[in-house]
Amino acid sequence: MHKNTLDINPLENEAIYILREVAAQFEKPVLLFSGGKDSITLVRLAQKAFYPAKIPFPLMHIDTGHNFPETIAFRDKLVKELGLELIVRDVQDSINQGKVKEEVGKYSSRNALQTTTLLDAIEEFKFDACIGGARRDEEKARAKERIFSVRDDFGQWDEKNQRPELFDMLNGQIELGQNVRVFPISNWTELDVWSYIQKEDIEIPSIYFAHLRKTFLRDGLIWSNDDEIVYRDVDETVEERLVRFRTVGDMSCTAAVLSGASDIDTVVQEIKESTISERGARIDDKRSEAAMEKRKQQGYF
Amino acid sequence: MEVLKIATAGSVDDGKSTLIGRLLYDTKSLTTDKLEAIEKTSKQKGYDYLDFSLATDGLVAEREQGITIDVAHIYFSTLKRSYIIADTPGHLEYTRNMVTGASTSQTAIILIDARKGVIEQTNRHFFINNLLRIKNVVVAINKMDLVDFSEEKYNSIKSDFEQLMAKRDYKEQLITFIPVSALQGDNVVNKSENTPWYFGDTLLEHIEAIDTKDIYHTGSSRFPVQYVVRPKIDEFHDFRGYAGKVYGGDLSVGDDIVVLPSQTKSKIKEILFYDEKYETASRRSSVTITLEDNINVSRGDMIVKQYELPTIEKELTATVSWMDSEKMRHGNKYTIQHGINKVLAKVDNIHHKIEPDYSGIDEDISELRINEIASVTFKLNKPIFYDQFKNHRTNGSFILIDSHSNNTVGAGFIQ
Repeated sequence: MHKNTLDINPLENEAIYILREVAAQFEKPVLLFSGGKDSITLVRLAQKAFYPAKIPFPLMHIDTGHNFPETIAFRDKLVKELGLELIVRDVQDSINQGKVKEEVGKYSSRNALQTTTLLDAIEEFKFDACIGGARRDEEKARAKERIFSVRDDFGQWDEKNQRPELFDMLNGQIELGQNVRVFPISNWTELDVWSYIQKEDIEIPSIYFAHLRKTFLRDGLIWSNDDEIVYRDVDETVEERLVRFRTVGDMSCTAAVLSGASDIDTVVQEIKESTISERGARIDDKRSEAAMEKRKQQGYF
Repeated sequence: MEVLKIATAGSVDDGKSTLIGRLLYDTKSLTTDKLEAIEKTSKQKGYDYLDFSLATDGLVAEREQGITIDVAHIYFSTLKRSYIIADTPGHLEYTRNMVTGASTSQTAIILIDARKGVIEQTNRHFFINNLLRIKNVVVAINKMDLVDFSEEKYNSIKSDFEQLMAKRDYKEQLITFIPVSALQGDNVVNKSENTPWYFGDTLLEHIEAIDTKDIYHTGSSRFPVQYVVRPKIDEFHDFRGYAGKVYGGDLSVGDDIVVLPSQTKSKIKEILFYDEKYETASRRSSVTITLEDNINVSRGDMIVKQYELPTIEKELTATVSWMDSEKMRHGNKYTIQHGINKVLAKVDNIHHKIEPDYSGIDEDISELRINEIASVTFKLNKPIFYDQFKNHRTNGSFILIDSHSNNTVGAGFIQ
């Protein structure tokens, strides 16, 4: 059916433009897929950008082994349904090879360890562009990021000397060994992503919706109880609570929020009314004032 | 859905971060955890006020030096629309980042410290915003609390600024003066009782009233082909679509078009956005179009309407903002990226170096240094299809890329 004039969402159209630039300017792009809502949104945008052709690049998941099982199941289902190519590289392998060391103690997490596995995978496949779902509203170092962000062959971000980026002209010219991190949804806010998921009726992992879960409290945050993965003191008692996750990273660094929002409409309403930022439940950002910037310099997303 | 992007310019000492913080705070856009983090750090540093630059200056080096180095993007929304603030640096050495932030903005806020008045940096901020043809500029005369909210002081700064305005190229630019105290909140979101002599809008009232319809540039329709979609699957065996973003004006099914550079004529057969077909694609939409005739079109080609041809030339003159520590020299070769199209360019002539106060050397020069601006003529290895920047924001601008370093070394605005 023909519709009259297209009603445009400027953020969606900008993201589609960026994804097409990636496909045109690079030889081996890859979409970094975590199973979280932002990378799921990227997959939908990529479908739109290249329709009726298939998405012309694979997805890659850097698997810490500490993911929520619901995320992994969702990932596998999505890839199968859309007929996409999925590459998985495991942090456990980097640990086994002695390249990184498992953190120990109360706040131990594999979050920072992902960087080594990611950089190795980029080298293994010779990826020249890695598309990610990072947004500028998430964190103040991310607020500084360009759409096309050049990394040297150590994966480092030279934050004080970024390429000028004018209008929507994206310069993807790089030397061999360098790569570009691409952020098509840079200008989206958390609410923009949720509203898009609602409007487009995009399926997301069940842990984003309210469910009963065995949890314990620490530093005012609610942690999922899984003694294999999440460190817990003996006096931190486990209780069943009605919760959901607002952001999905590793079990060891992502806290839940008390919520009864059980479908997309109630989730969007909850985000609109929230007085806490999305990454308020991410312990990886709270390590220091410059936690994100330091990780980015080392090649983290 | 409406989004208004605002570039702010000024140094930290002008209270730029405080102003942004005040906007966020008074519109209740700061979340509790972010506010607590600001309170905690401000207290640790021994300040008796909230230092909002801790929220906007995201890099360690910025917080150490107390200056903004690169653009930060800050998001907030009101009931009316969403806003993106591109918080840009004011220092001369980071001019390239100021240009980056301003290029995608539709409105600019220039901050002036009421105690200091119009300074060299103010000239630069205004000059760049005028060069980039930002339609709405707000001159926020800040720190009014430190000059006893003096009307006389405000008027004298305003009149200094008006002298600068008289020299501008882009005369249609709308300029509004507002006396504010970002620290105390006067005339930012809430009307101040300290300035009974000021009858205008507060900063937020003013930006809320800006009509986004006429700030986005309109002009002739330009469709640079980004990507050729060929599915190679049974269902769409013969499908050949041209993916790109529509600039300037609309495109509709049945329009008579010309493909550049081949000058082949055809008609638009279909307009697709994902799996839906549309009659018309409006500007700024990223669509895929198919043509009636089976002709050869590739990335970098441009589809335009038959009676709206752009200039097709192997030479152009542009106002160039140079951004690299290596000088631009007469005779040097660079890659010009015009939209998505790339050509090789040779610097044929550099003339009329322009200073931010609109003075400058009106004669040929041999080189251009970082942060300098001049009129430059290039010879190209093949023709590009362009409009003048004043008539077409996207099709009238380009970036210069150094073929050795691959860096973006300059920006050009076609005359």
